[in-house]
Amino acid sequence: MRPNRALEIGTGLFVLLGFAALLFLTTQLPGSGVQLGEQSGYSVSARFDNVGDLKVGSPVTLAGVRIGRVAGIAFDPTDFKAVVTLDIDKRYDHIPDDSDASIQTAGLLGGKYVGIGPGGSDTYLHAGSTITFTQSAIVLENLVNKFFANFASGRSAGGAGEPREDAKK
Amino acid sequence: MTGPLVRDGLVTGALRRVGAVVVFLAAILAQLLPALARPRLIVHQIYNAGARSLIIIMLCGLFVGMVLGLQGFDLLQRFGSEDALGVAAALGLLKELGPVVTALLFAGRAGTALTSEIGLMRTTDQLAAMQMMAVDPLQRVVVPRFLGGVIAMPLLAAIFSMIGLFGAQLVGVQMMGVDGGAFWSQMQGAVRLDDVQEGFIKSLVFGIACSLIAVYEGYHTEPTAAGVGLATTRTVVASSVLTLLLDYILTAAFL
Repeated sequence: MRPNRALEIGTGLFVLLGFAALLFLTTQLPGSGVQLGEQSGYSVSARFDNVGDLKVGSPVTLAGVRIGRVAGIAFDPTDFKAVVTLDIDKRYDHIPDDSDASIQTAGLLGGKYVGIGPGGSDTYLHAGSTITFTQSAIVLENLVNKFFANFASGRSAGGAGEPREDAKK
Repeated sequence: MTGPLVRDGLVTGALRRVGAVVVFLAAILAQLLPALARPRLIVHQIYNAGARSLIIIMLCGLFVGMVLGLQGFDLLQRFGSEDALGVAAALGLLKELGPVVTALLFAGRAGTALTSEIGLMRTTDQLAAMQMMAVDPLQRVVVPRFLGGVIAMPLLAAIFSMIGLFGAQLVGVQMMGVDGGAFWSQMQGAVRLDDVQEGFIKSLVFGIACSLIAVYEGYHTEPTAAGVGLATTRTVVASSVLTLLLDYILTAAFL
């Protein structure tokens, strides 16, 4: 087995291509995975009554454009609110500090994300600032429960009320 | 190779073969370190098993990805969620199709070459000649081929998945008009690093299994022309079945 230049170049190319593919798969596919060059950003926090199933790594968007990710979700024991840390790309440093944050759902099957609605202030969000206007996740089960509770009470008030009046007559 | 004194039945024969493969794996592992002292032999085998399988892997990856794009689009369109095509294609390729189809192609392309090569060495007494010269054929012939296959398989599977993804993107985004941004962003939102890792571990296990079977069948070929043919056939059948069986076990373990 003599050293063979073409063979070794071919092997080198193959191994390089293989590792390039592995690198591509590990860095480009998972949004919350290892991300090259996207670590530089600033973090702001927002307090929500309910974060639903928001997860660390979920996207943060402004006008539908991804501007950052959820870096952490914690719980404040003093006022029972969820404190969400948002990592925002430092390219987007002109977001008014009276902007609001809401937890929304991407499509019927999609996950939760934090949508930022820009405000009108002249001062901008910076590292460590807090978003004060927040809207919690809409939990579908609660909505359905509320709907059925209203529906049932409406029905029983109408349905049980009339026969009673009939009986009185 | 001493023949069995007692003829094996169906069950004992199968058990004996499984046991012999495991013993052979132990013998290979024992020779692993000495074989690493000759990296050029391993490089040669990575070339044989990996670089020369590259074209077929890329071609098949492209077509599998394109079919996935078409079928996925058709299915998801019925639920009005074509945007999830990226997720479906990426997870399907990373976790299942990439490792499994690569292993099946590897068994057919590289496994058969390994078996028939070593089998012919056995038939023409080259392995015996090596032993006469105090060269351990296990260390010199078998282990580099085994290692070459084990190293090549995960790389091939990664290339397969990547090309497949581009195939799915080609069909989904360019032909069917799925939004390109949604394709990638939904995928990045849903695919976790664990999914990539699962595919990698699967392909590594398949690489070990397929390479082991190929070198075992070659090394234990009956030294006749028909024996080499039989051993090659057995490599393909056993590798394919074992790959699919292991795939089920690994999938169940990862869920």
